[in-house]
Amino acid sequence: MVVIMAKVLTGKISHPGVAEGEVLLLTEPVSFWGGVDHHGEIIDVHHAQHKAKMTNKILVMPSGRGSSSATAVLAELIRTGDGPLAIVMLQCDTILVIGALVSAEIYDISLPIVELEQAEYDQLTDGMRVSVDARSDQEVATITI
Amino acid sequence: MSTTLTLTTEEQAMLDGEHGPAVAMCMRIIVGVARANGAEKLIEIESAHADGTLYHGEAGLDFTEKLVELGGKVKVKTTTNVGSLDLLHPNLVHGDETLMSHGRRLMDAHIALGCEPTWSCAPYQAGHRPAFGSHVAWAESNAIAFVNSVLGARSDRYGDFLDLSAAVTGRVPFGGLHHDAARKAVLVLDFSEIDSRVFSEDAAWAALGVILGNRAGTRVAAMVGLPGDLSDGGVTEDRLKGMGATSASAGGVGLFHVVGVTPEAPTLEAIVAPNAEYLKMTTADVREARDTLSTTSSEKLDAVSLGTPHFSVDEFRALAEVIGDGPKFAENIDFYISTSRDVMARSKDLGYLDVFLAAGGRVVTDTCTYVTPVLNRDVKNVMTNSGKWAWYAPGNLGIDTVLGSLSECVASARAGKVVRDESLWS
Repeated sequence: MVVIMAKVLTGKISHPGVAEGEVLLLTEPVSFWGGVDHHGEIIDVHHAQHKAKMTNKILVMPSGRGSSSATAVLAELIRTGDGPLAIVMLQCDTILVIGALVSAEIYDISLPIVELEQAEYDQLTDGMRVSVDARSDQEVATITI
Repeated sequence: MSTTLTLTTEEQAMLDGEHGPAVAMCMRIIVGVARANGAEKLIEIESAHADGTLYHGEAGLDFTEKLVELGGKVKVKTTTNVGSLDLLHPNLVHGDETLMSHGRRLMDAHIALGCEPTWSCAPYQAGHRPAFGSHVAWAESNAIAFVNSVLGARSDRYGDFLDLSAAVTGRVPFGGLHHDAARKAVLVLDFSEIDSRVFSEDAAWAALGVILGNRAGTRVAAMVGLPGDLSDGGVTEDRLKGMGATSASAGGVGLFHVVGVTPEAPTLEAIVAPNAEYLKMTTADVREARDTLSTTSSEKLDAVSLGTPHFSVDEFRALAEVIGDGPKFAENIDFYISTSRDVMARSKDLGYLDVFLAAGGRVVTDTCTYVTPVLNRDVKNVMTNSGKWAWYAPGNLGIDTVLGSLSECVASARAGKVVRDESLWS
């Protein structure tokens, strides 16, 4: 009998929330403003994951990139349901945190954003199913893989 | 592991809703950002410049109107950036119905919050000049670069939502460019080997902006070997405005120092960080940077657009001098200047505006020709002296740009085709 042990990664809660879904792993950061369309598709032709769709995925990328108008684009994606379910980054991007904070205020949708150390981050692979628990009453966020 | 955020009694009360629901909502956003960034405290700001005035989608409108609905009011002097409409010349903008109606509602909501109707990306030339060393929360990349670099006030790089949250609470997280250490130059760009004649034309400063943005990214740079004097009646100020705006487009520059010119950099020693990177620049670098701002070598010309960031009174004066008693602009050329209503009124009083209008020019206020549909749909090639306009317009408007000096722009508008004076760049 094979017992599959779930593994739990811990990280910092940059914005609270819970989510469960499939990982979309980006090998480089994407700019939401100009780099992602309003259907959640990566339209930056220079991006390694050009045409990948982040809708209903756990978006994993090293950091954020580009214009401060990314806040409005992320908030808009969250509003329409075309955005990711959670964002996991090595280096937290304030611009995206603002987008999540505002969406929680005006649409009552709380998108979790978690910051991981490199060793933990490296255990996430594209396509794997994970559950993100970053409820605000917790000290740390957990990602069960 | 992480630092803890400490709030004052008053800040805690704001967060707890004792100052009303709008303040509480904005405080949750400020505190949320402070915690994510590991800030130890919040600091009070003296003013704000709000950038969420340009319509990007419903989220921005929902947020701003919710603040109004909750009874929100700005706590500090807050000027407004450009909107999607020219409220003074409504027929100039020809966008679709939603853009127009939502754009208008967004501008109205900012007024309802108590913002001043400046509608300018250059509020610093329309009466809003924070004192040296004061803490402010400014959004709009060129305004951030200017307020930090030329005025020596302190703003981090704020954007949509956080700017209004700061204005309503009067607080920002203590981080980024509010700290002394973060304002030191980690990169030195040396221009001393370049013939100073190159810097005599404003368009060269747009090229310097490309160099600064490309080399610095989001880092703080010090530039040495550039001519200038901030008491020169606006000449240097407008050049630094153009350079900073271009650098904030080509890169993410929030603060730069020009040694011997900008207020925090009387000497290089005063502002350089230990182990800063040092790069010596050449005339070829400036020429190459200039060339990235022209996307066509065609002589054909349809329009001229100046005033990105918004034209100043000094720029109107310089333009009036170049126009003088000369001939009108050619029939086939649309000549636009984007500016604030404040600068337009003052330039009219001084007689400069009428010189431009008499020559056949048109003025756009409250908005800008590269963010909203102003240009005629059949316009293809546009000349500008603005590096920022040249940087964004090809992507935003699908047109080709030619970067030129102020005198080349006027000469070209008269000739109805691109006229260049290459001797300026040899």
